[in-house]
Amino acid sequence: MKEKQILQIEHLEKSYDGHPSVLRDINFSMEKGEVVVVLGPSGCGKSTFLRCINLLEPVSGGRIYLNGQDILSGQKESSRIRQEIGMVFQNYELFPHMTILENVMLAPLLVQKRDRKQTVEEAGELLARVGLSEKQTSYPRQLSGGQKQRAAIVRALMMRPKVLLLDEITAALDPEMVREVLQVVLELARDGMTMLIVTHEMEFARAVADRVIFMDKGAIVEEQKPEDFFSCPKTDRAKRFLNMFHYEALG
Amino acid sequence: MDIEFIRESIPLYAEAAVLTLRLALLGILGSGAIGFICCLLRTFRVPVLKQAAEVYIELSRNTPLLVQLFFLYFGLPRIGVVLSSEVCAVVGLSFLGGSYMAEAFRSGMEAVPVSQGEAGLSLGMSRHQVFFYILLPQAAATSIPVFGANIIFLIKETSVFSAVALADLVFVAKDFIGMTYRTDEALLLLVIFYLILILPVSAVCALIERRVRYAQFGNRSIVSGE
Amino acid sequence: MLSSGIGVLFQGNNFLRLLQGLMVSLRIALLSMLLSAVFGLFLGIAMNSKKGWVRAVCRTYLETVRVMPQLVLLFLVYFGAAKHLGMNFSGELSAVIVFTFWGAAEMGDLVRSAFLSIPAHQYEAGCALGMTKMQVFFYIMIPQAVRRLLPPTINLLTRMIKTTSLVVLIGVVEVVKVGKQIIDASRFTEPSAAFWVYGAIFLLYFAVCYPFSRAAALLERKLRDGN
Repeated sequence: MKEKQILQIEHLEKSYDGHPSVLRDINFSMEKGEVVVVLGPSGCGKSTFLRCINLLEPVSGGRIYLNGQDILSGQKESSRIRQEIGMVFQNYELFPHMTILENVMLAPLLVQKRDRKQTVEEAGELLARVGLSEKQTSYPRQLSGGQKQRAAIVRALMMRPKVLLLDEITAALDPEMVREVLQVVLELARDGMTMLIVTHEMEFARAVADRVIFMDKGAIVEEQKPEDFFSCPKTDRAKRFLNMFHYEALG
Repeated sequence: MDIEFIRESIPLYAEAAVLTLRLALLGILGSGAIGFICCLLRTFRVPVLKQAAEVYIELSRNTPLLVQLFFLYFGLPRIGVVLSSEVCAVVGLSFLGGSYMAEAFRSGMEAVPVSQGEAGLSLGMSRHQVFFYILLPQAAATSIPVFGANIIFLIKETSVFSAVALADLVFVAKDFIGMTYRTDEALLLLVIFYLILILPVSAVCALIERRVRYAQFGNRSIVSGE
Repeated sequence: MLSSGIGVLFQGNNFLRLLQGLMVSLRIALLSMLLSAVFGLFLGIAMNSKKGWVRAVCRTYLETVRVMPQLVLLFLVYFGAAKHLGMNFSGELSAVIVFTFWGAAEMGDLVRSAFLSIPAHQYEAGCALGMTKMQVFFYIMIPQAVRRLLPPTINLLTRMIKTTSLVVLIGVVEVVKVGKQIIDASRFTEPSAAFWVYGAIFLLYFAVCYPFSRAAALLERKLRDGN
């Protein structure tokens, strides 16, 4: 195992009773600072893949290593592992009964027992970076979708994760708000944050990714540099998938 | 109507009302505690105890308070468990109300999307922290109207306390009817005193319910999943 | 001594008498429920009336009934009416009057919300197909309302059954009263009779109410999953 590899996944399998496999023999690894985008038709298992890495779904087989440590073996450790793997959800999942500041400070104070004063400062800085300084004392319902998603990103960042998982974070947003959220992600990428991103925004994927993974029917079908994947995908399935985004090809 | 008689009887009714209120309060607190414990057992799926809670809830919801009280007050002493009237009343009311409160908690918990809990877990929070800091506050807020309705229901249920020899409002009224035949006065006071007990509670509940509805901190579009 | 106490239940026709007592309770509950359903249907339609004063009257009625414990209502009718109307209502008749008075209000509220919960465009869709108002009401509104009404109505019935236990306090000879008689009769021979008899009555009530609440819960789930 190479020293740089932060996340390594071997033969990951996932199946529900009586259903065909949701994930089939996934082998995958990421280096520190790398941004990997997962593409694929809906139902291909890409969200489940992310949820498995964050231990939100029990897996049926295989190994997941974070910094060389097997994270599937000790279930008691799940809290420590999740602190190192941040996740941002499609529907934001901010806690509606807390202000934005309370939302982003809850876990650092409660789970990591960090110093309150420093945490407030850190939260202020991060919220300012994503343009939410004014919204610290607002409740989630008072924010637009884009603002909520930016706050949710800050909430994940506050834990100082080693890897960030983004699960279709713009899918619930109105088109005009997509950009402000993706801008934040691009900046994170520039700062060297390791990210695994599931998205349907092709232009964004091309811009942010160091590497693209294409999944279909629960398996990784193709793995390429973005410029290669978008210009000349190797597999037919990837070609067909990409063609769906070109309306002129419909004729 | 004999105004003089009414005036003289008021202190007796007031005393009975205080007794009712005191026992009701204890019973409501007991109900809340039992309901909350059931909620914990259900949420954390504690083996055996969770099933016990389900059995208790069905027994409690499908039997009348009067019969529960008779069993406690007349039945249990026969096997050596002697409880005073007041203890019986509080235990009985808590036994009855506990299941109603448990159901209120349950409906509240069901209204919180599973993904809220997952968001907490993904931040490294433990199951207990997720329950107390994320799920419970949201569930309790959703259930406030049901809690209010349950409280009013339990206050009304106290009217059967006279059956276990407690000098509550009904007891006093019945006494007057039997001894003085001043039925009108006795019944009028009975109604008035129950109104005094229940109307303020019901008004407060309506007020809180309205406030909760308009000041929802919850963004319900998250619930629907869009 | 304890184990002998349970024998009281099966001495002579004791158990049969308890069941007969239960029948009295159930008779009151079912009759009241039937009347409540009929009156409640009309009341519920009135509660959705376009006339403000009709709604206000209905609302006042509902809130008045809800604020009073059923036992107080029973006293009002049993003791109050006896004096003022000059007629002596039997306990059973008083109970049916009170439970119907209460049940109709609750039923009315259920009917009101059942009709409200049917989306307006269902009505419009019917009209758009050229159906008359009456046809829309009978073929579209009623079937949907009844489906929604069934679970809460069954729940009201179980509440009604449980509430009938109160009638022992106005002198009706029903299951609790029969129980008392059995206990009194065996006071000296079986001191633990009270434990077993009240325990049995507790379980009898459970045996009657549980199937109803189960059925209501199942119907409710079916309705929720179906939509």
